[in-house]
Amino acid sequence: MTPSPIRDFVVGLFVLVGLGAVAYLSFQVGGLSYKGPVGFHLVATFGEIGGLKVRAPVVISGVRVGQVERITLDSNLRARVLLDIDPKLKLSVDSTAAIRTAGLLGDQFVALVPGAEEEYLKSGDQIAYTESALGLESLVSKLVTGLGSGGSGGGEEKK
Amino acid sequence: MRVRSIEAIGARTLGFVSELGRMAFFAGHVALTLVTRRPRPGRVVQEIYDVGVLSLLIVCGSGLAVGAVLGLQGYNTLVRFGAAESLGAVVGLSLVRELGPVLTGLLVTGRAGSAMAAEIGTMVATEQLDGLRMMAIDPVDLVVTPKAVAMVFAMPLLSCIFTVTAIFGGYLVGVVLLGVDGGNYLTSLESAVDFENDVAGSLLKALVFGVLVGLIATFRGYTSKPTAAGVSQATTSTVVVASVSILVFDYFITALWGM
Repeated sequence: MTPSPIRDFVVGLFVLVGLGAVAYLSFQVGGLSYKGPVGFHLVATFGEIGGLKVRAPVVISGVRVGQVERITLDSNLRARVLLDIDPKLKLSVDSTAAIRTAGLLGDQFVALVPGAEEEYLKSGDQIAYTESALGLESLVSKLVTGLGSGGSGGGEEKK
Repeated sequence: MRVRSIEAIGARTLGFVSELGRMAFFAGHVALTLVTRRPRPGRVVQEIYDVGVLSLLIVCGSGLAVGAVLGLQGYNTLVRFGAAESLGAVVGLSLVRELGPVLTGLLVTGRAGSAMAAEIGTMVATEQLDGLRMMAIDPVDLVVTPKAVAMVFAMPLLSCIFTVTAIFGGYLVGVVLLGVDGGNYLTSLESAVDFENDVAGSLLKALVFGVLVGLIATFRGYTSKPTAAGVSQATTSTVVVASVSILVFDYFITALWGM
């Protein structure tokens, strides 16, 4: 087999195109480029997280600022959600974390609503005010059973 | 008569198990030459040319066609629920998770795996491998290993090229022909597919399929009977066995990867 420079070049070209496809799938389509902001963790406990999953987005005013790192059960049998968010953010201590749904049946995400206090949350702090997930089912059952009892306005709770 | 047929079942089972054992030894031999012998980059480049570059045309052509069909079918189904905007997610997920690696594996089996088995089988039939042995050259080292390595190397690249052209084919039909918003197509595709679950699993599948096809094709060729019928049998059984094992392994990888 005589070495042929054209063949080598074509093979090299093939490898480049293939690696380009791998890179496109990994970075553009797979979203690998999103380097999650590291290190700044906040904890929020919810009575009901619905369909919230690990790696669900955390948003402020609709802008993605981090993701859900871990979901565990705390000692009071409530869902303890660890959020990993952008360390550059300054969130005041009276911020609220709410589990919202994108659209009627879409995926669930955590929405942070900044508060007004001058004091800011540090990494590892717990978010005091949380709003649990509003499941479609619980909404319907509330509507059916609680029409007369003056509706609680969906599980807002203070911890 | 009845005893004879039961005997046949037993003989087939034993034959299958010893075939598996021979194949494992063969795989060990290939792996050993890979580690102990001097690598032959020139041979590997030649084989990558045969497996990869020459398969590029059918991989791209099939990719475009598959993507176009997915776009059309997905659109027709989704538009009934008013969800044509998530066409990108449907096309992207089905391609990256399943169709990309599996169809590429089947195409490459037909295009390159059969040729590999036929080439080695003919070398066996014309006693070229015996000639190599006479010159104290290990035919596995010179002939088999570069082919298997090229297959393992080219398969993931071809699978990704297939997936990207198919995404483009879906874009052509969905966005250009049927009028789904282009931004929506790409955004729903990018938000539905993530790296760890989908793209990495896709690459793993393609890699495993490359190992499967590379080993089965070279093994069948290497152990073919040295006759014309033996070569044709080796080629046929390469395509059949490799295709079936791709589909079977696909299930297990999907189940274990947790996609």
